[in-house]
Amino acid sequence: MTLLALDWAIIIEKLILIVIIVLTTLLITLYTTFGERKVAAILQDRPGPNRAGPFGLLQPLADGLKLIMKEEIIPTSASKWLFILGPGLAMTASLMTSAVIPWGTEIHLFGRTIELQVADINIGLLYVFAVVSMGVYGIMIGGWASNNKFSLMSALRAASQAISYEIAMGLALIALLMSTGTLSLKTIVADQAAGHWWNVVYQPLGFLIFFICAMAECNRTPFDLPEAENELNFGYHQEYSSMKLGFYLFAEYVNMIMSSAIMASMYFGGYDLPFFDETTVAPNIAALIGIGTLLIKIVLFVFLFMWIRWTIPRFRYDQLMNLGWKKMIPLALFNMLITGAIILSKS
Amino acid sequence: MNTLEILFFALSAFAIISAIMVLISKNPIHSVLWLILVFFSISGHYILLNAQFLAIVNIIVYAGAIMVLFLFVIMLMNVKKDKEPQKQLWVKLIGVIAGGSFLTLLIALVKQNTSFQGRDVLLKEGNIGLIHPLGVALFTDYVVPFEISSVLFLSAMVGAVIIGKK
Repeated sequence: MTLLALDWAIIIEKLILIVIIVLTTLLITLYTTFGERKVAAILQDRPGPNRAGPFGLLQPLADGLKLIMKEEIIPTSASKWLFILGPGLAMTASLMTSAVIPWGTEIHLFGRTIELQVADINIGLLYVFAVVSMGVYGIMIGGWASNNKFSLMSALRAASQAISYEIAMGLALIALLMSTGTLSLKTIVADQAAGHWWNVVYQPLGFLIFFICAMAECNRTPFDLPEAENELNFGYHQEYSSMKLGFYLFAEYVNMIMSSAIMASMYFGGYDLPFFDETTVAPNIAALIGIGTLLIKIVLFVFLFMWIRWTIPRFRYDQLMNLGWKKMIPLALFNMLITGAIILSKS
Repeated sequence: MNTLEILFFALSAFAIISAIMVLISKNPIHSVLWLILVFFSISGHYILLNAQFLAIVNIIVYAGAIMVLFLFVIMLMNVKKDKEPQKQLWVKLIGVIAGGSFLTLLIALVKQNTSFQGRDVLLKEGNIGLIHPLGVALFTDYVVPFEISSVLFLSAMVGAVIIGKK
């Protein structure tokens, strides 16, 4: 079937893959909000949500329903189109990262070999970086369009925080690129799965920098100054209500899942299950084991995010900027130099 | 028309319409947002030319960093469209005439230049825009200009820090 000289079968295959990935991500996100409340409850020694359904498992559905049923309010002085565009952009930017993550090796179905990655582009790492730098627009546009000075302040804070930590993040990525020699996430994961050590062994400092920057990019405590409610009421989404607010809140969790997936793929072997030879089982089963492994790694990282959130208090704004510019960036540069020196001495 | 041509014309139309919207938007914030769309469509053109590295760097540097700073400054200055001084009609008219003549001149030049005639754009061919050939070219053939421009960046950074410290 060819029309316009395109292979439509592969387009349909990719579309199905995209839909599955997006829906799964949203479903996991729904339960991440539940997980967050449960983790907070355990850390604070209280039961947490336990009324809706067994163990409170229906709580996220109730929350979602509540958000959808709320009245939709657009302030009269707000810039209407941008006000609507903001949450959409935030959600799109956070979901777009999923395109380059290799979710598994490949599955054989109906005589076709289906790659479990939407796009294997040879600039995978840079694509992730570009999407991260786009993420700030949703917040900035939403904060500005609300026509509220607290929202604007918080949007500006979010943007300056994101810009500051992007630099250190990029430098950590460069060190990883130097040690792996490729930008394609598929190759990076395949190299780690093919018997090498995981990249975190070669780049421990780089991983630490990347993790801290990812936390700052996701606006998670201790970096949640854009939402500092005791200074800014509620933050950039103060004027939002109903599902638009829901989109902003969900986008934060999607961001968290995506950065966990990226960290798992880049530093912790992605779909590679350690001490297990994938060639001993059927390829489809190996692929499923790979997907499961990656999901478990993602859940562990998300738990780490939550654990930190409910343990450490928020930074002051000058502390945040000091950490970003005077500690993370020199540390990342140092990491880059060390990596370069080791590569040079080896060759 | 094949797929590449459809993509090319769609992207070109998108780029030109967004560029016009940059000019005619009354609100500076809207202008900046349209400009971001222009950068995206130009990145699309880079991808058609098989220059993926240039495409993504264009997005990271221009759409991701410089435009955020633009938005920043405009939001902080809080430029309102009614407070902005409006240009006189005759100034606008002169601008249109001057810009139009320049456009005519450019088109005439391109049409008369024999090196452009009868040649197609290399779509999906050539690999100078990919990361490996570009890196090799920058660090062998063009290493001196590359390093000089990095010194230029360093001096600009030092200058910015000094101005910021005052």
